[in-house]
Amino acid sequence: MAKIVIDGVDYEVNPDNNLLQECLSQGLDLPYFCWHPCMGSVGACRQCAVIQYRDEDDDKGMLVMACMTPPTDGMIISIEDEQAKSFRSNVIESLMISHPHDCPVCEEGGECHLQDMTLMSGHNYRRYDKEKVTHRNQYLGPFIGHEMNRCITCYRCVRYYDDYAGGTDLSAQASHHHVYFGRHEEGVLESEFSGNLVEVCPTGVFTDRTFSENYTRKWDLQTAPSICTGCAVGCNTTPGERYGTLRRITNRYNSDVNGYFLCDRGRFGYGYSSSDQRFADPLQRKNETAEIMDDSAVQSMLDGFSSENTSVTTIGIGSPRASTEANYALRCLVGADNFFSGMSDEEFESANLILQLNKDKAFHSPSIREIEQADAILIVGEDVTNTAPRIALALRQSVRNKAMELADQSRIPRWQDAAVRELAQHDRSPLSILSGYKTRLDDVADDEIIDSIPRLASFAQAIAGSLSGKAEQIQVEDGQVAAVEKIAEQLKSAKRPLVIAGSSQGAELIKAAANIARALGESRADGAIDLCLLTPEVNSMGMAMLSTEENSLGAALEKLRSGEASKVVIVENDLYRRAPHGLVDEALEKAEQCLVIDQLPTATTAKADFVLPCTAFAEQESSYINYEGRAQLSFQVHRNHARAKSSWQWLSAATEEGIESLMHDCADAVPGLAKLCEILPDKSQFVGGMKVPRQSHRYSGRTAMKSHLGVHEPKQAVDSQSVMSFSMEGISSQKDASILASSWSPQWNSNQSISKFQSEVNGELKQGHTGKLVMERNAEGAYLEVSVSEDSSAELQLSRAHQIFGSDELSSRSSVIKQRMVGSYLGISEEDARSKRIRQGDSIAIVGVEASLSACIRSSIKNGSAVIYCDETMDSHSLPRSINISKSNNEVQTGIKGLIISDLMDEDN
Amino acid sequence: MVSNPLTKNIDMSRGPLDIAGYESADGYQSLKTIAKGLNSVDVLQQVKDSGLKGRGGAGFPTGLKWSFVPSGDGAPVQKYLVVNADEMEPGTFKDRLLMEGDPHLLIEGMVIAAFTIQASKAYIFLRGEYVVAEKALKHAIAEAEAKGYLGKDILGTGFDLDIVVHTSAGRYICGEETALLNALEGKRANPRAKPPFPQVSGLWGKPTIVNNVETICNLPGIITYGVDWYHGLTKGSDHGTKLFGISGKVKTPGCWELPLGLPIRQVIEEYGGGMQDGLELRAFLPGGGSTDFMLPEHLDIALDYDEVAKVGSRLATGTMIILDDKTCPVGMIGNLMKFFAHESCGFCTPCRDGLPWVDTIFRELEAGRGSEKDLQILHEHVDYLGPGRTFCALAPGAAAPLGSGLKIFKEDFERHISGKCCPYKK
Repeated sequence: MAKIVIDGVDYEVNPDNNLLQECLSQGLDLPYFCWHPCMGSVGACRQCAVIQYRDEDDDKGMLVMACMTPPTDGMIISIEDEQAKSFRSNVIESLMISHPHDCPVCEEGGECHLQDMTLMSGHNYRRYDKEKVTHRNQYLGPFIGHEMNRCITCYRCVRYYDDYAGGTDLSAQASHHHVYFGRHEEGVLESEFSGNLVEVCPTGVFTDRTFSENYTRKWDLQTAPSICTGCAVGCNTTPGERYGTLRRITNRYNSDVNGYFLCDRGRFGYGYSSSDQRFADPLQRKNETAEIMDDSAVQSMLDGFSSENTSVTTIGIGSPRASTEANYALRCLVGADNFFSGMSDEEFESANLILQLNKDKAFHSPSIREIEQADAILIVGEDVTNTAPRIALALRQSVRNKAMELADQSRIPRWQDAAVRELAQHDRSPLSILSGYKTRLDDVADDEIIDSIPRLASFAQAIAGSLSGKAEQIQVEDGQVAAVEKIAEQLKSAKRPLVIAGSSQGAELIKAAANIARALGESRADGAIDLCLLTPEVNSMGMAMLSTEENSLGAALEKLRSGEASKVVIVENDLYRRAPHGLVDEALEKAEQCLVIDQLPTATTAKADFVLPCTAFAEQESSYINYEGRAQLSFQVHRNHARAKSSWQWLSAATEEGIESLMHDCADAVPGLAKLCEILPDKSQFVGGMKVPRQSHRYSGRTAMKSHLGVHEPKQAVDSQSVMSFSMEGISSQKDASILASSWSPQWNSNQSISKFQSEVNGELKQGHTGKLVMERNAEGAYLEVSVSEDSSAELQLSRAHQIFGSDELSSRSSVIKQRMVGSYLGISEEDARSKRIRQGDSIAIVGVEASLSACIRSSIKNGSAVIYCDETMDSHSLPRSINISKSNNEVQTGIKGLIISDLMDEDN
Repeated sequence: MVSNPLTKNIDMSRGPLDIAGYESADGYQSLKTIAKGLNSVDVLQQVKDSGLKGRGGAGFPTGLKWSFVPSGDGAPVQKYLVVNADEMEPGTFKDRLLMEGDPHLLIEGMVIAAFTIQASKAYIFLRGEYVVAEKALKHAIAEAEAKGYLGKDILGTGFDLDIVVHTSAGRYICGEETALLNALEGKRANPRAKPPFPQVSGLWGKPTIVNNVETICNLPGIITYGVDWYHGLTKGSDHGTKLFGISGKVKTPGCWELPLGLPIRQVIEEYGGGMQDGLELRAFLPGGGSTDFMLPEHLDIALDYDEVAKVGSRLATGTMIILDDKTCPVGMIGNLMKFFAHESCGFCTPCRDGLPWVDTIFRELEAGRGSEKDLQILHEHVDYLGPGRTFCALAPGAAAPLGSGLKIFKEDFERHISGKCCPYKK
């Protein structure tokens, strides 16, 4: 630590950080723009100028930029010096020269870092009386609005988009005061992480279009801490609601999970919750029509499904997209033996394998923060950009650990962002990707092995064999031996190697990945190896922990088909996305009574005898368990004004108590979930029963919000089930930052105020927790046998592709996400396409399968293999592992326009 | 002995010497001297002893700069030499003379510099408009390659060197050495933060020396004729000769190689031929557009780095811009401000947004719409754009003529405001 003096006060600061960061960590107010807590410094905006004195006798001092200055022991600094203040006010004055002062109509108004810094820097009178510079705005796609006139040229957007997130289609153009940030031509911003521009931009240049269309000031939004339900990462979010509908989602800082950034699925995929297709009432199907049920009819219907009241067997089918509580309440209703998995059988097999590996003490499941520390990474078959996007963004930081190492050697501070990038150029920590096709991470990959899934499994097992003699030795073809050895060596010599796999290509690759990690661990004394195993959905882990290994979906359908069970309750699940359509049809037709609880109509609800409407993620309090086994609590943001309840409320008797008692029951009853209740807020912090308000202290119009419906002012809703209240009253979270929905601090109205709540910049939130890891790792595992057999019954070996926009069921029902979705496609090699006379975008038929797909000819794909992306209409679980194809004359509906992949062949091929 | 080592072969009435002609005028002798047994440490010591200072404007000791390049076992193998030939300083046309007049001298100097820092690849970053120089350099490089002065194992030393001529797409900021490196890498020509200096992390992150054309052209003489000879060239405290130039309304504007340390008066009168008839010297910028104005009272000051610095200006490129008494000083400064505002790369705030405001005010003054408030804002910008405020030296360079001009030509500025027009236009 370095001892420094700032304005006469002694501080102990970290000499490895820059002075600006340390000032903020100490809680001091120093304005800045271009610096960002996790993007380091470049010294562009000059807003954080302070005076540095040579020694105690120096009374003049020298102006330095705090963000570009390393603190050294004995340093004397002044923020308050008149010369520094005057320079800072000059800087903000010139930054504001061409700013349009359109705050009243700007989306950023009231949470604008530029507004805050303008005030803080002391600029309140406009002297510039010449002509302003103006710009034209661009169409950047359905997510991001562009208003360049507001730009203050801090360069954060391109530094985030290009340098941090690896984007290639946003750039700084022109020079002097005409600098322009945009695309080379109008068009959709390609990065899957473009939404973070909205939060990275200190003012309103890049705005959330979904928010703009339903705009509300920040202080008028009702918010609560929430968890993104888009994938298994469980990013922390803050959804904001007004007048009963969600208006936007912003990032909620969690130092272990998402940090400052979300993916675009998570940020923009919430629109389905306001869909007019949402079920409003309990429905009973009578012949071809559906009738609304009253409460007593619902109750007696539910009683009929309870195992206590019926002699026939009722089974329950859970869901990986439903909360732990929903699944657990269903399990209680039907009994543990009759609770079945809601995943596809293949995925369930993988999930159980992952569950087993997550208990193995040889491995550690890394958080995103830990993933960013990896210095050699091997991805085995998982397309993380499309299945767990936030991890792809983290991997782009991991590969920079090499740059950090070089910077340390050259004594360049790590926060000197541009200098470190210059020094390292393309020198990266090794990232190797085994995949059926080129992925969106190939620009930072050291090695890419593109092959069919069984051959990738052989390759991966060969790496394990190379690392340890105890692992099964598998021969790969001669041309691949060097690559096997190279990757093995890279992993072995790394300080923190990381192996990533997931359920999207089946269990064999997971087994091989686990073998690699186990082999790596054998030669190391320093603890468990980072093995990141991904499941596709927000609560895949939680649901798998609640069901027994035998209780697969296939077994459930068979029980219904055979008549062994005659009633079924399906919670938040569309079985047609999980199993062959024929099997689902047969099972549901056979079932005497079928109850489906869900938010939106699906193919499954269409077959149900009863449908109960359930709440969307922001309308309920619930917990989810992410890929690491991290349990996180998601609070209710707003009430559903229809008759929807959360699934567990429909299914459980104890509806008035909130989820707490249910979680306690669950923790007691389910092995492995004993720690679940540690995520519940500590009640002792709530003085005199005061709750945490969901509405800000500036929330306006409360008494008038319903005046268009009636002049009677409704009573403030009381939330008896939560520690949060639907009001402005209460005490904002004092003792538990995990109940902090959005940060605010005097003078800091923007998201930058988060530094006031961090133990230090980029540190953990004060007095909070980052969720709880529930898994106990105490099992001794062994090497797993990997099957590498190919199915050569047909021409093309299949692997599966996933799409960030489309593969997730709920987000893909949001209209804005639909604009970015593509139809089913089959990726094939150039040669295979030519031999079938198939051209780019042509319609393809799969022999023996009813499907129509677009041809997607990709240069990376090996002859004899193919990658298939199935949209929600396809009977994807009926597909064999290898297929024969032909050109079809059917018209494809959606096509592949807008598909962003790097190896798409030109149309004339 | 040779007294004009930089221009001895230059005769603008003919083309440059071909390699045979150049060789017969002691050309490439320095490489033969090195090949006889000097190592890079010896050459570095000679350059240090010579006292050569960078001729690009900053006047930093060349040997010292080179000594920061990491060498030895742990150092990166690949290093680069980059010659800054992006001559765009207003009023400056000295490097052009050297490259058009005697391209082999630059190439010979580059081999010496590259050998000293052990760089196997060198770039000449050439101003795009210098098409004559480009042609001359490319021709000379081909000749030198054919003769074995470039390429593999030069003169049996085991040292390899390739030279690439890169013509700039044209921005003044590319003359800033780190912006130049970014441009050479194909990136936006924004300057880089220093530290790290290019000697440690330069072109493509590797140790790199960036030197001005004229600096490099000093090297062959130092090695061929020796340090003592070099020290004998000068009249003042700095060593060697320097190209001096004069533009403005003198009788014979031009560019000449002169020893450092001549009185300014002698250069203007003897070489520039004195002021044109009917004009008086009002003031002058001693070293291009980024220097403080000097006055007739400074005419007896010696033209070297330290002496000029003593009166608050800089020798910089050594190319004077003369202001006469019939030309509007406000217009002259305004013209410079327009240039600097346009050439700001747009990276840091004071330069990007401050200079265009200054430029706009000058246009208003010119149009007779200036106000006292504008003048006040100009005064504030002198400090706001000054050294230590901005990311690189562009804005402080612009602040030099602005700041000194506001003081010296106070009345002229006020007359623009009170008379609501430019008084020189009547």
